Parts: sequence; C-alpha cells; structure tokens
Amino acid sequence: MGLRLIPHESNIIEVKDLKKSYSGSPAVDGINLSIASGSCFGLLGPNGAGKTTTVEMMENIISQDSGDIFYKQDARNKTFNQEIGIQFQQTELLAYLTVEETLKTFAAFYDKHLPVADIIDLCMLENVKNSLNNKISGGQRQRLLLGLALLNDPDLIFLDEPTTGLDPQARKHIWEIIRDRNLKGKTIILTTHYMEEAQSICDTIAIMDNGRIIEQGSPEALIDKHCKDVDCPENLESVFLKLTGKSLRE
Amino acid sequence: MMSFKRMWALFVARNFEFIRDRAGFGWNILFPFLIVAGFGVIFSSDTRSEYKLGVFPVKETRMVVKELKIPEKLKAYDYIKIVPFETHDEAINKLLHHKIDILLENKGPELKYWISDSSPKGYVLEKVVKESIIPEEFFVSRVIKQQIQGEQIRYIDWLFPGILGMNIMFSSLFGVGYVIVRYRRSGVLKRLKATPVTAFEYLTAQMISRVLILLSTSFLVWFGCDFFFSFQMQGAYFDAFVVFLAGTICLVSLGLIIACRGTNEELTNGIINFICWPMMFLAEVWFSVEGASSWVKNAAQALPLTHFLSAVRKIINDGATLSDVSPEITILLVMSLIFLSIGSLLFSWTK
Repeated sequence: MGLRLIPHESNIIEVKDLKKSYSGSPAVDGINLSIASGSCFGLLGPNGAGKTTTVEMMENIISQDSGDIFYKQDARNKTFNQEIGIQFQQTELLAYLTVEETLKTFAAFYDKHLPVADIIDLCMLENVKNSLNNKISGGQRQRLLLGLALLNDPDLIFLDEPTTGLDPQARKHIWEIIRDRNLKGKTIILTTHYMEEAQSICDTIAIMDNGRIIEQGSPEALIDKHCKDVDCPENLESVFLKLTGKSLRE
Repeated sequence: MMSFKRMWALFVARNFEFIRDRAGFGWNILFPFLIVAGFGVIFSSDTRSEYKLGVFPVKETRMVVKELKIPEKLKAYDYIKIVPFETHDEAINKLLHHKIDILLENKGPELKYWISDSSPKGYVLEKVVKESIIPEEFFVSRVIKQQIQGEQIRYIDWLFPGILGMNIMFSSLFGVGYVIVRYRRSGVLKRLKATPVTAFEYLTAQMISRVLILLSTSFLVWFGCDFFFSFQMQGAYFDAFVVFLAGTICLVSLGLIIACRGTNEELTNGIINFICWPMMFLAEVWFSVEGASSWVKNAAQALPLTHFLSAVRKIINDGATLSDVSPEITILLVMSLIFLSIGSLLFSWTK
C-alpha cells in the first residue's frame, strides 16, 4: 500500500507523486509539492522541463496520469474555478471585443468579482480600454491577461511566464502587481525564465529538470547552499546553471 | 449549476465577434445576394440556349439566320443557338470537344449532319433535327398539348430557398465548426476552461448566437432579393420562419459535432467541405435528384438539408402549412437532438 499524503492546513495546494506522459515519454515524473497559503512560489526549469504540464495539472486544465492534487486540504471541486486565477503562457482572446468588454465578459463568469474599473486601473489599461483586443500591444495584452487572472480576486493565482517578451518597464510593472496581490494574502504560483524575477518576487523556488524537482527552497537558502565556490556569483542563475547544466532559454 | 448570466455574456460576446468582423459579416450577406443576382441575370436573359447547333460553311460575320439552308423550323426553335463556322474542320473540332451539340451542313435540300455519339445533348438534338423536316400539319390531331393548371413556379422561385439553405449550411458548419476549432487551437477555449463556464453553457450560447445571426441575415437576404426578383410566396411567412428555425438549429448542431474535437484547421476545413458538397447536391439545392438511383435518394434522406429544403419549398412554392411539413420538422428536431447530444458528449476544450 502506497503512502497517503495528509494535506497540511497551512498549504493551499499540495501534490503527491504527480505523473504525466505524452506518447510514452514522461513529461512529469513523480512530483511532490506543498505550497503554503499566501506564499509566492516560483517554478523554474529549462524549456521542456515539465513546468507548464505540472502547473496545468494543478490548474485542472489537463488531467494527470497518476498522483493526487489537494486544494485547501480537499479534492478540487466545482468551486475551484471560482477561486483561482490563471494567466496562461499562450492565449488568444476574442479579437473583436474591446479590452473593457473582455473584462466585463469574464467578470460575468464569476459569482463574485472585483469591479472592472479597479482591474483596469490596477493593470494600467485605462488608455486602451476601448481598443479591440487585436489592436493592442504585446505588453498591454499581457496586462489584460493578468487582469483577467485577477478579476475574481482569486485566492490562488497561476502565472505561467507572465512577463515573457515584455520590455523591462512592462515587466517591472507586472512584478509590482504580483507583489501587491501577494501582500494582500493571495498565493502566487509563478513559472518564469527570468531569474531576477523569481529572486525578486518568490519566497520559495522549485527547480525542475526532466520532469522532476531537483531542488527546492527559498532563493537565499538555494544560493547559500549552491554558491559556495569563490568563482560562483551569488545569484539564482548560478544555482540554476549548476543544477541543470543548461542555460535558461536552451 | 447552469448560469444564464454566463450564457448571456458568451452570447453577447459571440455576436460582437460576428458583427465586428466586417469581412465575414459582409460575405454572409453578400454571398447569397450574388448567387441569386447571378441566376436572376442568367434566367431573365432572352438569349438563353440549352442546345448549340453548328452550321458550316458560313461567314461568321455575315450570318443571316433566315438565309441559312437548314430546315425553317430549326431557325425558330427556342433554346437552340445557331453557331456559324467557316470550315468543316473547325466545326468538327468544336463538335469533338462538345463545344457544340450537332453540326449541320449549310447546303440543302439534302440535310447532312454530324453528332458525337458520346454527347447526350447531341442525341436529343438529332431527334429535333429530324423532327424539323416533318411539316407541322402532320402533328395536328396526333399530338395534343395540355396546359398546366395553376400558377407555374419559376426556376428562381424554386432555387431561392435552396440558396438560402445552402448559405445557412455553410455558415453553420464554418461559423460554428471551423470557428470553435480555431478557438481551440489558439487557446481561447483553454482560457474559458479556466473559468467556471461549463461546456453546456458555452455550446448553448454559441448555438443560440449563430441561429439568431443566421435567421437575421437570411431575413435580410430574403427581403433584399425579393425587392429585385419579386418571389412568389404561396405559404405563410410564419410557417416558413418555423421551418427556417428548425433547419438552422439542426445545421448548427451538426456544426457542433465538427467543433467538438480537434485543433487542425486544415483538417476541419476538409471535413466541412466533405460534408457540405455532397449535401448541397443531394439535398437539391441546384437541381432535383428525381430520377436518380434509389441509393442516391436514400442517402439524401439522411441529410438534414434535404428535409429543410423539402419543407421550406413546400411552404414557399406550394403553399403548404406547418401541419403539411410536420414530418420534415420532426426529423429536423430529432436530428438536432442527436447532433447536440453527440457534440456535447465528445466536446473537449483543449484536445
């Protein structure tokens, strides 16, 4: 008889021995995670490490081949989608709706939601709120996608590479929004290729490679543990390179 | 739990998408107009010819029909166009390539002609040519023409419901099937899956939106075309509306089956064409399949467009009532139920 995970009440989401294969090749190979309520959790790894697959299983977008996922100490039920917010890595929106109409449409999906005007203000979308989705820039689109993820004031927010392709100013603005939500007690699960982003925002980091978690801890603890050499710069990128032997964008 | 608020939001969003996509919206209105206008021009022309009769040797620029040395009756027949050729070789070449149906020598008094044995029209025209040398008096008291009772149906009156039905079919399958597959590929459906929206709410909103849009555009096309062609409407407009509603629901439901799976737009395009083209011909959009093999007729009965057009033509052309077309409406509703059930059961947001 296998071990049974007993969910801890301080954890908002826990996964046990999660596995997923595509055409016989394991994408996620027995992952265990416990994410504390109110934390900002960063999932790092090179391309193809299994980050998105792991996160999408936690989001209930794809189903796992085996393993358990607990949300607030229980199996995910129909209210799960009311309480989470997701920003996917690649998503198109309805091209002929305006930014404001898109937010209002999505707001109607939830039993409770923040005022659309507040989201427009928070994500700095005021000047494009009447623009069609197919007419806004990449940065504005990312802010809109983040706004959609925050619309229902979710307890748990999944952000899959939310700043990829953005200029430094737009990235920093998104970091501020993430920090703001986190300070309000919301749990953030973030995947990113930007080490400084993870180091700056996250209080816990897990590094994945080949479908497995190879290291986990706070950014400071990971740096302390893996950057003892004189020639090793004390940052998360050094830790990452040392553990995976790969560049972040390989 | 099902939420009307969510369905309404999806319904409104889809309508905005359709109306603001000017190219798609415009084409949905313009396409049937163009088809009907094209046929209107063709069938209102006095020069329409079904058969082409070649004559040689004739100077093309100097042809005067009444001076040709061919039977007089042939010169006066409707639906026969006389085509002049200067040389025998040129004319024979056209006959071999089915550009003309029969070739006559412009000589007389002996009637010399050529036909292609592989040409059905040539076969018929040969009989006409032979008949043309028989004096009209021969037929008196031997052949008696009877008049059709009642108002005759113009081809365009018969064709028009078919054009509307075809437009609804294409718009249903492409507007629902193709669009949802595109949304799946681009991640729009995945984004919706991350919300409390259920597949039932999403599909219902898509269906209602498309039915409303198609009925509205069909209404516009009908009355726009009616302005130019003055269609003969024998039945009640309400009865026609009910049939259009049932037919549209059925075809949109068929679109939902195509939409239920897949992310490959090219494959979906192929599947939709594979469904549309046979349905267009077997369901008698352009011409009747009366006289076709029994298996063709049986196959046609399995297609929703067949029952849709049968019912709508009975109302428009023959003045039938809802009671008269209740079998067709019942079949359409049963098919809708089957298609919707299959579409809902197989629907995937991401696969």
